[in-house]
Amino acid sequence: MGEHLVETSDLTKTYGALMAVDRVSLSVWRGEVYGFLGPNGAGKTTTLRMLAGLVRPTAGSASVLGEQPGSPQALARTGVLIEAPRFYPYLSGRDNLRVVARYAGVGDRRVDLALDTVDLAGRGGDRYAGYSLGMKQRLGVAAALLKDPELLILDEPTNGLDPAGMRDMRALLRDLGERGHTVLLSSHLLAEVQQLCDRVGVISGGRLLAESTVDNLLGQAGLLVRAEPLERARDTLERLVGPGSVAVAEGSFRLRTDPEQAGRVSRALADADVVLTELRPLERTLEEVFLEMTDNGRTGR
Amino acid sequence: MIGSFKAEILKLRKRPATWVLLGVVLGLTQLFGYVLPYSSWLTSDQNFRTQGLDPQAVLAGVLPGELVPTSLGGFPVFVGALALILGALAAGSEYGWGTMQTALTQRPSRLATYGGKLLALAASTLLLVLVTFALNAAVAGVIATIESRPLDYPSLAELARGIGSGWLIMGMWCGLGAVAGFAFRGVALPIGLGVVWVLGVENLVSAVASSLLTSLQPLRDLLPGVNAGSLVWSLAPGGGSSGEAPPGVIDAVTGGRATLSLALYVATFAGVGALLLRRRDVT
Repeated sequence: MGEHLVETSDLTKTYGALMAVDRVSLSVWRGEVYGFLGPNGAGKTTTLRMLAGLVRPTAGSASVLGEQPGSPQALARTGVLIEAPRFYPYLSGRDNLRVVARYAGVGDRRVDLALDTVDLAGRGGDRYAGYSLGMKQRLGVAAALLKDPELLILDEPTNGLDPAGMRDMRALLRDLGERGHTVLLSSHLLAEVQQLCDRVGVISGGRLLAESTVDNLLGQAGLLVRAEPLERARDTLERLVGPGSVAVAEGSFRLRTDPEQAGRVSRALADADVVLTELRPLERTLEEVFLEMTDNGRTGR
Repeated sequence: MIGSFKAEILKLRKRPATWVLLGVVLGLTQLFGYVLPYSSWLTSDQNFRTQGLDPQAVLAGVLPGELVPTSLGGFPVFVGALALILGALAAGSEYGWGTMQTALTQRPSRLATYGGKLLALAASTLLLVLVTFALNAAVAGVIATIESRPLDYPSLAELARGIGSGWLIMGMWCGLGAVAGFAFRGVALPIGLGVVWVLGVENLVSAVASSLLTSLQPLRDLLPGVNAGSLVWSLAPGGGSSGEAPPGVIDAVTGGRATLSLALYVATFAGVGALLLRRRDVT
């Protein structure tokens, strides 16, 4: 697939007795949109802070764009928005970006482009203190885009956005991904991550529980069947796909089988004189997988 | 570091607090350096600034010849406190607003970001000293014209020494405010403690060492405010021709030693601030 833009190896951060991040090894490939998922307090933000050079690891190592995290070489090619946008309340949105532009060594011309990208051009002259939460968030994304970075590290970029703002942000992130930018995105909005991301990493209790493509993580699809009488239906289905591939839940059957087997299932049930009331493909959502994994992560601690 | 410097200058220039502090420095300098003494001269009424002084000495203090001591009279104490507030605001606010994270995730290294901030503060304090001297020079010139006195300004060398001393004093207090801002990662505590130190502790230790416990004098002579006051004293012994030294201006150590001490304080504050920013996590 190409080169790793972000790579960590046994990255660890402790605060006294608290293990915030526990030997996390992840990799983000050039050009992908990588979703970093985890419940509150899982260690997402601490990991991202380490990748931005704000927090020093207790153990392990990390590289960003082949450089030390937080080094001028890495920062020059990375746009960062972590946790919440942080700006000077007495300055306008535009002046805040001008400050960021001076730090970043880019010209003021890019300020208006960035404001335009996040649809804040008309409000750029307003004081930041008067911005709504959504406007602040968009300004944070504009600041991250100012350098036209190869890598974007975005922590909950849709926080505080209204539905239209979230849709626009999704479109922006998709566009960035299509234009070859690499995005490391943490989000609670799993449907959004499922739509946007090529691969995801799931972290809970400071430990990386899984790292995979979204498709792999969602696993094998199946079929949902409702039929009566239940006992005869179960016998028929178990004969068809095997006893280990049939689960009963809330009066319905979940078959672990290829959804293209729906025709065979329908015929077998009809032959057994079973009345079929519902038959549809069953796909797990990322949310279900995430909750399953993180609940296990919690109970395992 | 140039980028960081430009960013810091933009922030300071657009920050209302910077202009408020400049206004207060100029206002207080005018009030205590010119308005009260000159009004006393005009009305022949004595106020706390002119109590017991010869009226001619009072007038001399507001004429161009006394520009340096009159301008620097407030630097060891109240201008120092205001410089400390400027430093604490510039450093501590970055933590209060969380903008340290924004600054440190752009391009420059931590030390370059820090260096840019120090340079901007140094430039701001120099500008403040220059504006103070310029305004005072103008006011002294007007008074001299009104009183039909000659426009005998200090020589360029004297002016440069005065401006340099003022800059060193302001830089030292500003540096203390900044290092306290970095240490406490906020604004309130550095300003509160700093002002108590400048206005209270220094004066108290100085007064006790001068009268009650003279064995404390070696300790007193190490204090930053005492060295600032000594440097001003060295430029106009006895408070200059006006004959009354302002609060905080004292004859404790020589001008050379005071200059060296203040320079060491500036270097120490800069070094400690750099160490704090470089080593600690930004959360």
